[in-house]
Amino acid sequence: MAIITYRDAINQAMAEEIARDSDVFIMGEEVAQYKGAYKVTRGLLEKFGPERIIDAPISEAGFCGLGVGAAMMGLRPVVEFMFWSFCYVAFDQVINNAANIRYMSGGLINIPIVFRGPGNGGTNVGATHSHTPENFVANTPGLKVVCPSTPYDAKGLLKSAIRDNDPVFVMENTLLYGNQGEVPEDDYVIPLGVAEVKKEGSDISLVAHGRCAILCLEAAEVLATEHGINAEVVDLRSIRPLDEETILQSVKKTNRAVLVEENKPFCGVGSQICSIIQEKAFDYLDAPIKRVSSIDAPQIYSMPLEQEQIPNIERIIDTVLEIA
Amino acid sequence: MANIIEMPKLSDTMTDGTVVSWLKKEGDVVESGDILAEIETDKATQELECFDEGTILKIYVQASGKAPCGHPLCAIGEKGEDPPKVEEPVAKPEAEKENKGQEEAKAIQAKAKSKTTKSPPAKNPVQAVNSKQRSFASPLARKIADEKGIPLEAIKGSGPSGRIVQADVIAASQAGIKGIPAASVPLEEKITPVSTIREVIARRLLESKTQVPHFYLEKEVDASPLLKTRVALNEKLKKLGQSIKLTVNDYILKASAEALRTVPAMNSSWEGENIRQHGSVHLSFGVALEDGLVTPVIRDAEKKDLVTISREARELIDKARSKKLTPEEMSGSTFTVTNLGMYGINSFYGIINTPNAGILSVGGTFKKPIVDENDNIIIGNRMSVGISGDHRVVDGAVGALFLQALAENLENPAIMMV
Repeated sequence: MAIITYRDAINQAMAEEIARDSDVFIMGEEVAQYKGAYKVTRGLLEKFGPERIIDAPISEAGFCGLGVGAAMMGLRPVVEFMFWSFCYVAFDQVINNAANIRYMSGGLINIPIVFRGPGNGGTNVGATHSHTPENFVANTPGLKVVCPSTPYDAKGLLKSAIRDNDPVFVMENTLLYGNQGEVPEDDYVIPLGVAEVKKEGSDISLVAHGRCAILCLEAAEVLATEHGINAEVVDLRSIRPLDEETILQSVKKTNRAVLVEENKPFCGVGSQICSIIQEKAFDYLDAPIKRVSSIDAPQIYSMPLEQEQIPNIERIIDTVLEIA
Repeated sequence: MANIIEMPKLSDTMTDGTVVSWLKKEGDVVESGDILAEIETDKATQELECFDEGTILKIYVQASGKAPCGHPLCAIGEKGEDPPKVEEPVAKPEAEKENKGQEEAKAIQAKAKSKTTKSPPAKNPVQAVNSKQRSFASPLARKIADEKGIPLEAIKGSGPSGRIVQADVIAASQAGIKGIPAASVPLEEKITPVSTIREVIARRLLESKTQVPHFYLEKEVDASPLLKTRVALNEKLKKLGQSIKLTVNDYILKASAEALRTVPAMNSSWEGENIRQHGSVHLSFGVALEDGLVTPVIRDAEKKDLVTISREARELIDKARSKKLTPEEMSGSTFTVTNLGMYGINSFYGIINTPNAGILSVGGTFKKPIVDENDNIIIGNRMSVGISGDHRVVDGAVGALFLQALAENLENPAIMMV
């Protein structure tokens, strides 16, 4: 298997789907000539030309609406946000229209659109450029949202997203773009709504998504070697649809859970999972469920402070030690 | 070099043994085949045979001393040789078993402790019960405590803020069940290794029940004459200064032996090609032990009078209870009697003790209204006797004749005196 970066895995997924399906095209700010703000679309303009790789004006509301319209007419747009923070400019298109057209049309009109881009903090770009809106999206019936943590998952989930007939929001992470991992050269997809136990364990379940799943794997190693705690790491991969079964199975096995995410805590993804666990696995809990999330404040610009604001390995370990 | 004679493992379940007595002493010259000592196991007392030659240099475990299997009992070597030094035997089985259970709890506790940096260590998992106290417990701990019937108030929590967690409940259930009111002591799951005696019972009875076509007959007999005769005879024996006291069971054994003489077909065995009708009645009877059941045999019972049968039965029962029955005393039966009357059982059917053709099952004697020959309802003492027969050997009619003969004997005890 080839070892490639998370960035290239996303690039491959799009290239393969554009080649496979003539309805697929890419649209976004600086995705064509500039090859993407984070060079994710590198080489695609040369390969597929300006009809399939389209540079959009700096107007999210405009090109997102264009994308939703194109999807209504049967195309499969892959719309890139330079940052997911910028989706707020296009909230009406992405959260309102994309989510509700199938329902409002009585099921006659599908919206097979993908919105993708990096949605993370920790890069010292300030409060308005560091949002993690997977909870907003997941809160909206009609929308799907995935947060891949590895190159393999990124490619498999993005391909599934492009082939899906509903709006799927793919939230990447600029800090993961350079991460390498094994990715098959063959065509493969990872179904939406299927979590993965990235590390088996017996003492506590660490449930996370995106980069936090990687942090959990690193924390699990420290927990094992320094504290004798065998943690299980559940990588959600999809936030919605959510793989409840895998979460519940893990908690029933370990009797303890720490939910880790980069969202701000209030109404974060962890709140929902917490509710599910206490409702469906109450009698299996040997300790309160704990959450590790970003500290509840606008994203701090100071780099050292921001590193403390977003989840880190130390905070995960400390939280585990409170209940394990 | 001196040879060490160790505590032998005389059965699968034996973990330790007691030296009942030494038949040789230090300095005695012994040779192969000599009996050195008597060893008592969980089942029987057996002789410790010598397989070496030489002089007993040293006895490590004195008479009535206990030692685990494999522990040195004595050293045999050249005269004048120094015996090897041996540590005192440590009687360990019970302590060991207890430890095993606790180790598990400790492991879980240790796990909890090693992971919990901020919680106080669990000291005594069980403390005085105070029903008004609110106990904080995890949902899992609550569920397990509920399953085990342990009140949460009796458990000290080792989790954060003193919360009771799973490990505490498990530790409490294993360590401190005594501190808990008897009413809430739960049934304990227990695993007992199958003993040799249990294994033999299981194998033989399964064989019988699956391979022998059983048929069942039952008859109620009037036990009044028997009860009267028994009281009278026992008074007479007492006057004669005899220590013997006849039991109902003795009468049943005697009556069975007599009935088999009347219906000898019942005293037969299936041998595949042939059916063997035995020339004498070797009457076996069930003796319940704590860990099973044995069936000692009264030989030539048809030739023995009631008092002899009673005496032999008593001896065999005593031997059975002290686990001293020899294999010979438990084999070669031609018919079996089993009696649950003393447990208040009305009637039942035994499983045939192969290669017998039948087993007699005897219930208790109960007062019942009965209709006498003048159509009056009177109080009767009734006893139910049943037979399970091997239909390959005998048919229902033979079984019925046997029960008839038996009933006649029991209802007219005097004829058994002839």
